Amino acid sequence: MKNSIKILILLFSTVGIFSCNKQQDKNNEGQSGALASNAAERVYVAPGEYDEFYAFISGGFSGQLSVYGLPSGRLLKVIPVFSQDPEKAWGYNEETKPMLETSHGFIPWDDAHHPDISQTNGKLDGRWVFINGNNTPRIAKIDLTTFETTEIIEIPNSAGNHSSSFVTENTEYVVAGTRFSVPIPQRDMPIKDYKGNFKGALSFLSVDPESGRMDLKFQIIMPGFDYDLSHPGRGKSHGWFFFSTYNSEEANSLLEVNASQNDKDFIAAINWKKIEEYVNNGGGKKVPAKYAHNIYDDETHTATSTMENEVTVVDPTEVPGAIYLLPTPKSPHGCDVNPTGEYIVGNGKLSADLTVHSFSKMINAIENKKFDGEAYGIPILRFEDVLAGTVKQAGLGPLHTEFDDKGNAYTSFFISSEVVKWKVETQEVIDRQPCYYSVGHVMIPGGNSAHPFGKYVLAMNKITKDRYLPTGPEVTQSAQLYDITGEKMQLLLDFPTIGEPHYAAGIPADIVRENSRKIFKLSENKHKYATISNGDARVERDGNEVHIYMTMIRSHFTPDNIEGVKVGDKVYFHVTNHEQDYDVPHGIAMIGANNSELLIMPGQTETFVWEPKEVGVWPFYCTDFCSALHQEMQGYVRVSPKDSNVPISWSLGE
Amino acid sequence: MKKAGIIMIIGCLMLLGLFKFPLWNIMLGAPQYPDPLGMNIFIDGIKGVKEFDIQNIDGINHYIGMKKIPKPDQMWEFSVFPIVIGSMVALGVIIGILGVFKKVSPYWFLGWLGVMAVLGILGMQDFNNWLTEYGTDLNPHAIMKMTYPDGTPMTYKPPLFGHQKMLNFNVDSYPAAGAYLMFFGMLLTLVAFFLGIKKSHKKQLL
Ligand SMILES: [Cu+2]
Repeated sequence: MKNSIKILILLFSTVGIFSCNKQQDKNNEGQSGALASNAAERVYVAPGEYDEFYAFISGGFSGQLSVYGLPSGRLLKVIPVFSQDPEKAWGYNEETKPMLETSHGFIPWDDAHHPDISQTNGKLDGRWVFINGNNTPRIAKIDLTTFETTEIIEIPNSAGNHSSSFVTENTEYVVAGTRFSVPIPQRDMPIKDYKGNFKGALSFLSVDPESGRMDLKFQIIMPGFDYDLSHPGRGKSHGWFFFSTYNSEEANSLLEVNASQNDKDFIAAINWKKIEEYVNNGGGKKVPAKYAHNIYDDETHTATSTMENEVTVVDPTEVPGAIYLLPTPKSPHGCDVNPTGEYIVGNGKLSADLTVHSFSKMINAIENKKFDGEAYGIPILRFEDVLAGTVKQAGLGPLHTEFDDKGNAYTSFFISSEVVKWKVETQEVIDRQPCYYSVGHVMIPGGNSAHPFGKYVLAMNKITKDRYLPTGPEVTQSAQLYDITGEKMQLLLDFPTIGEPHYAAGIPADIVRENSRKIFKLSENKHKYATISNGDARVERDGNEVHIYMTMIRSHFTPDNIEGVKVGDKVYFHVTNHEQDYDVPHGIAMIGANNSELLIMPGQTETFVWEPKEVGVWPFYCTDFCSALHQEMQGYVRVSPKDSNVPISWSLGE
Repeated sequence: MKKAGIIMIIGCLMLLGLFKFPLWNIMLGAPQYPDPLGMNIFIDGIKGVKEFDIQNIDGINHYIGMKKIPKPDQMWEFSVFPIVIGSMVALGVIIGILGVFKKVSPYWFLGWLGVMAVLGILGMQDFNNWLTEYGTDLNPHAIMKMTYPDGTPMTYKPPLFGHQKMLNFNVDSYPAAGAYLMFFGMLLTLVAFFLGIKKSHKKQLL
């Protein structure tokens, strides 16, 4: 009781102090900020020039991944991942519908949280971005030659796939840690019997170094805590993965109170190399599990969805020496490893302090078997034995930490709404800057690698209130860019974002730009319904299905007049874009189609379905302003009554 | 005379570069084409600078009614030119060898150069005719019909040499590597001639 009063006093007094500071900072912004520091010049990217970094900012509840340029904050693209997107027909056309298949059926939405860029030898290699879907657990892979989602794998035995999708330093694995513990396998049981019966699955997905193909290699079945965030070890701690937990109380109701009882929860340290070896030697148990594995192919321009039915699970007690629990105060949220791999920072979200664990101390403690009991057979290390130090009273509600290349850390504080810079070795605070408002994650390009590019830190804020013109009750979320090249951080820019910008991954543009594709080669198009030569454009009837094999080029469709379609038919438009010119997609939309348009890249084929319900002559047209005669790019389909005997016919230019 | 003969041979052989390198290059840049479209004209056909340039040039040109860029079998030049160049190289090398063995006078070198120059001028003339035809013989049903300020229908002949603005396109037409090799080779045959003359003069003086 005494303790909680102390905390309350601390909470109010610090909130008071910090909010005063913030008010002042805000008032002073005019003089000490943009104008005085030529901030505008430093984020200005002249027309026609390129940004220095790509930033992949998750769309949170929009389910998408947005691509911004830094330092300008220009939005470059929104990549559809877990949510249907009519602009690109993602999840609407026949080709991409399989990407959103799950064991629960077609799920056209998810909550996209943590993007992470592939690495080789601890350096960003810019080949793929991985991102997690939280709600119906999934991991997606985006190919950075096409900036398209090319693989989505569902995670069984999981719920609230939050502590993901971070990659190890050679992209050996992408992890998918469950936030919610659940019965494994799922079954009908009383919720109050949670404790001891619910389990948390930590999934390790191997990544093929050539193709990037993911494979759910094994799942570690952990005690029924909530697994919040994770980060791979690197350098000296390569081979380990760290997961923060809360609710070590294993409460199942009113968690805000019941999961905040223990003074310390844990960071779980997992020696994945050890477990990998165990599994490679036949360890683990294959158990039934249903999960979808969806793959998009750039040559067939088509996705396939395969239902898997088995997964290898590992009981941690059967691999002694592979998993340890590091006590960490106050329901830690962030779990961040510095570039050398020595320090693991756990941020207690109900605390004012940051806990910094030492990897070498941890190894030392393990070697000397200095344990402080166990949880479900997993050894708990002694807090004092693994602690490197504490950053005292740095702010309120620490969440996430990123690192620069000079030995500094940058931690976001949600409650006091600021970024705090501190020295990793000495844990001393160097600088603090306010955020507008309620910052979640921060991002430094290369943040989850051994080689961060410590030029900027990007703060991603949950609330914007007075920062922009009001837009009704719903206002945008935002990101804020700080220059971190000097001793003090400097706010340069803030810009609105898509959805809730949860986390981001940044990379120097040079690493990605050269590999970006301009077109798909028509000659390599292996789509099942592609029309490669104009002479093959045609319409075929198969029962009540009508298949239109159509081509498009500036500025006409072939064919553009189609007759013989009947009410009740299922009409498939298989449309191939014959352009072989950069940045010349065409679109097609059909009146009355219960669907979206298609937006087809040069050399690509896409398909949509239209089920005409009324007789008439119905137009279709190109939706993407493609040329001076874009408006002329149109055609008609004649729809006759169900019992009519108008034969299928088609034409162009007659 | 031995040296002159060898230079003659080298000069002629440089024409073989035309079998590998383009003779001429025409680039078309526009605001929408920051990476200009381009065609390389070889003695045996026309190729795009980038893989799909020809297709894209044809696509754009169709708006103003221009014909498609001819395939090698659609122009007699592309089968005749390689034979002509090949024959001239063979002839030049033979003259050169004969020169080395002092069987012919340097005036044969000059003679070869003269024939080559005439053929070259004819070739340029032919090329210019094709450009004119390509740029002026337009489909009467073209989508866009542009006129000059005086009302006459606009033509789109690319320049034979140099830069010209055509509607939204900047057209640059210049000799390419093959042509430079040819010019340099012909220059060498001229050098061979003068060297040969000088040598034979000296001999006469002795
Ligand atoms: Cu179009």
